[in-house]
Amino acid sequence: MSLYPSKHARPTLGTRAGRLVAYGMPRRLDWVLLSAVLALGVIGTLLVWASTMVSGQAGGLTDFAQRHVAHFAVGLLICLVVASVDYRAPHAYAPVIFVVAAIGLALVLTPLGQVINGSRSWIVIGGFQAQPGEIAKIALILGTAMLLGEPRDGEHAPTGRDVVFSLVALAVPMGLILAQPDLGTAMVLGAIYLGILMLSGAPLRWVLVMLLSGLLAIFAVWWFGLLKDYQLARFATFIDPTADPQGAGYNANQAIIAIGSGGFNGTGLFNGDQTSGKFVPEQHTDFIFTVAGEELGFVGGLTIILLLGVVVWRVLRIAAGCEQPYARLVCVGVAAWVAFQCFTNIGMNLGIMPITGLPLPFVSYGGTAAIAGLAAIGLVLAIHARDRGFE
Amino acid sequence: MNLPPVTGPGRGHRPGRIGLFIAQALSLALLLVLAGRLWYLQVPRGEHYQSLAAANRTQDLVIPATRGQILDSNGRPLVRNHTELIVSADFHALAEEKDGGDAVLARLADVLDTPFEELRQRMRLCGPEVSRPCWPGSPYQPITLAEGIEPRMALQIMERKEEFPGISAQQHAVREYPQKESAAQVLGYLQPVTQEELEARETLRTQFSGVDQVGRDGLEFVYDDQLRGTAGVRKLAVDSRGNVTGVVEEVVPKPGMHLVTGIDATVQQAVEQALSKGIERSKGAGYPADAAAGVVLDVRTGRLIAMASVPTYDPSVWDGGIDQSTYEKLLSEKAGQPLISRALQGQFPPASAFKVSSLSAAVENGAKLTDNYDCPGSMNVGNREFRNYESGAYGSLSLHRAIVVSCNTVFYKFAYDQWLADGGTNPVGDPKDPMVDMARGFGFGRATGIDLPNEVTGRIPDRQWKKDYWKATRNDSCKRAKSGYPEQDDPQHAAYLKAVATENCTEGYTWRAGDAANFAIGQGDVLATPLQMAVAYAAIANGGTLYEPRVAKALISADGKQVQEVPPVEAGELPVSDTTLAYLRNALADVPKEGTAAGAFGGFPQDKVAIAGKTGSATVVGQRESAWFASYAPADDPRFAVVVFISQGGTGGSAAAPVAREIYEAIYGFGPEPVDPAKTEVDIKSDEQDERDGAEQKQPKPALPGGEPPSGLPTVRPDGTVQAP
Repeated sequence: MSLYPSKHARPTLGTRAGRLVAYGMPRRLDWVLLSAVLALGVIGTLLVWASTMVSGQAGGLTDFAQRHVAHFAVGLLICLVVASVDYRAPHAYAPVIFVVAAIGLALVLTPLGQVINGSRSWIVIGGFQAQPGEIAKIALILGTAMLLGEPRDGEHAPTGRDVVFSLVALAVPMGLILAQPDLGTAMVLGAIYLGILMLSGAPLRWVLVMLLSGLLAIFAVWWFGLLKDYQLARFATFIDPTADPQGAGYNANQAIIAIGSGGFNGTGLFNGDQTSGKFVPEQHTDFIFTVAGEELGFVGGLTIILLLGVVVWRVLRIAAGCEQPYARLVCVGVAAWVAFQCFTNIGMNLGIMPITGLPLPFVSYGGTAAIAGLAAIGLVLAIHARDRGFE
Repeated sequence: MNLPPVTGPGRGHRPGRIGLFIAQALSLALLLVLAGRLWYLQVPRGEHYQSLAAANRTQDLVIPATRGQILDSNGRPLVRNHTELIVSADFHALAEEKDGGDAVLARLADVLDTPFEELRQRMRLCGPEVSRPCWPGSPYQPITLAEGIEPRMALQIMERKEEFPGISAQQHAVREYPQKESAAQVLGYLQPVTQEELEARETLRTQFSGVDQVGRDGLEFVYDDQLRGTAGVRKLAVDSRGNVTGVVEEVVPKPGMHLVTGIDATVQQAVEQALSKGIERSKGAGYPADAAAGVVLDVRTGRLIAMASVPTYDPSVWDGGIDQSTYEKLLSEKAGQPLISRALQGQFPPASAFKVSSLSAAVENGAKLTDNYDCPGSMNVGNREFRNYESGAYGSLSLHRAIVVSCNTVFYKFAYDQWLADGGTNPVGDPKDPMVDMARGFGFGRATGIDLPNEVTGRIPDRQWKKDYWKATRNDSCKRAKSGYPEQDDPQHAAYLKAVATENCTEGYTWRAGDAANFAIGQGDVLATPLQMAVAYAAIANGGTLYEPRVAKALISADGKQVQEVPPVEAGELPVSDTTLAYLRNALADVPKEGTAAGAFGGFPQDKVAIAGKTGSATVVGQRESAWFASYAPADDPRFAVVVFISQGGTGGSAAAPVAREIYEAIYGFGPEPVDPAKTEVDIKSDEQDERDGAEQKQPKPALPGGEPPSGLPTVRPDGTVQAP
């Protein structure tokens, strides 16, 4: 870790600004984690480029790819800023972030919200689009970690009362997101919450009750027809993708065909006929893994899966080293988020999960998602840098 | 670490150790699931999905093969192809336009000078709810919007490509008929394929492109598969919106085979000209002469040399889709239903031309060729008087003479005597009816089996037919027997009709003496087609072989390398002894010399080519006589059978025989020069009409030099041109 300013080196910077920067610099950076995320960013940029270029037309980066690079750059900056700041600062502001996210989610339901791909999950102000649902994930992580990770004096673990409080913290964003409705994000929120709850040391019965009620909720949603027709159709075609090849099953079918046709080595970047033919819808966002599958083959697809695995592994590793329960739970929340969303997204690309409309973290095109994901990594890096467990 | 540490006793206490381990294990499991699924899809199943992907992104474009030509026996084209400019549209390209291509179509309508609405209708894809004009083919096939456009229009479209996205002008082959109306019914025509035809004909389905047409009648129908060739397929790479992005592979079309027929274009035209002249003559003599047919057969092979039907039409009306009013006109009674070939779809009482069968029946049943028979002007059969034509009486005569002068009463007597022998109105268990059997033996009452569609059988009425017919018409006859015919102006005719109706009502099922008598002279309910007559006379001429007539002589591949000959087909032998046939031929040879056709053949050089034949004058209640002349030549060494029929044209000798004479004159080069329809060797690829004019030659030239049809086949050179045999 010689790249980092040591306590002895700090005074040499001299100026106040220098001190501030030096003070803000994380003492330790998890280079493996950061490299994995950066690699995913590079791969994502190439895939967004490949998926949005017009076949037969030469030229540099497409508009989408350029914007993706910009999103990622902004996200990286935010990531480093968050990493530089003591993780307890966002902790202090967790209630503020939580309220901001809740207001954003509420705004989505007002005329400022816009329906894109069947879900009302966007707010559009001027030319600027944002998905408050992505911010809500961070807010939920911070909020739940705070409620379950800071037991009162004399307690070693959260009590039932803490769990009830945390449930309220879950219910607010969850309710607003289900009202959009954005089933995918709601499921991610549920996964984050369950992940944090399970590792919080809360009483086992609460954990079991939560798990059961989560399953019950999924069942109830399906049973009582709370799902929109298009969502039901997606679930129906998940069970039998060939049932309606031109309709709801089209995405699932085409995704599998694109990936399967890639073979072991793939057709080569920018050479995918399925990709250039645009047979898979949303292939720069939710179905970007099909581009990897076709053009980069098993080698490329496995690389992405492994890189994402590295991210989850490093985040969990940091969680394991954490002294503070709060810090550990934030890491666990981020790990649950990344793991669940990756599995659901790649799983739906591979036809083993229903289509729920979730982007692939760090890879898919999408500004808010990229920034939120990188900010979350920033949080983890900040914890790694400052938790006493790593001293 | 200037910020105060987070409060709490957490130090050292890490409750989630096991939980974290479980989380790591779970994450690893999920990763393995994903990796395993990815491996399964891409490695063991990779090829499967590669083939699915290939099907996903390609579309087949059918490229129709060039249809083969139909040639005459000298290689002259009867039907060939010429190219014309068509305008077509790419369905997907137009659909991509903001307004669905309306603006493009509106501009196009301007250039083509056609209504915008019509173009729009033609752009629609045919379906259960969408009827023509619409596009019956695949949307990947260019949709034809206009045919036969002027090069000026095509240029306008090609030069302003940016104004006409998805629109193109290209060359397209259409059928051309260099002989104009000649042999229209024999050649047939093409029409866009229908759903029913696709279902009925398996092979068409894979070939159907939407621009394709299918033979609907005549030779185009019968030899459709061979003429059609094999369509090519161009595999196009397409994206998910159907835009074509390239060509994956291409199978070139295999052009159709050329069909060489036995038809001689010159003889064909001579027959048609002679028929029209004959019709004019009959009309001049006050007859309606509403239809006519002529057939020329090679008696030694059964090949058709010419077959004409009047009225006829120009088959080019079918090119590019026929419009409704023209189509209705073609089918209308008023226009004489020119689509119907009278030669094989028209059936008429054969009258005296049928006597060759009756004479054979009588002789094979015991009548002696050496005897003489009475030929009174009339005789009573049953309760009715049966007369000779114009009631001529010839006293006692030989059978030879009975044919030459066409005596009816001799045949009435044969028929009546046999009818009595068979038991009269109370027939014996198994009546002999030799005349019915003999008529069948001559091929009457059944289709000849020619390689043309929709042939009719004619009718040989026998006892069973009488019964069936009576059952079918009894109700009507019995009603008329009571009510009579008050609508008839002529009370005498009305009374006659009422008497017939009464008879038909009460005893219509019986084979009466009158039926037998009428049958013997080819009248009453007997019906025959001119083609059947030609086959029968060809059999007499060639010594007794009944042929299934053939129009086709051979099929030759477009490069000339493959030749499939169509062999002559024997259908059977006449059940007549050689002696009787020889006797019959002798008698027939005297008809044009001294008999009923002598007038028509006066001055014909019979010393060079003797003609043998028989006239017939068919009478149908309520109509004027229809004229028959069935013949063959040369009488001593027969080669051609010529049959002429003119509906309501007069007597056989005065109306039909002169037409036959003109046909023989053209064949042998005795008469005035027939107009040569084309030079003997024609460049197939040339779009130009052959303009060579041979009309200035004074010396008549035989259509078939040496009185023989060409024995060899025309050859197709590798460059596609045709050489006469």
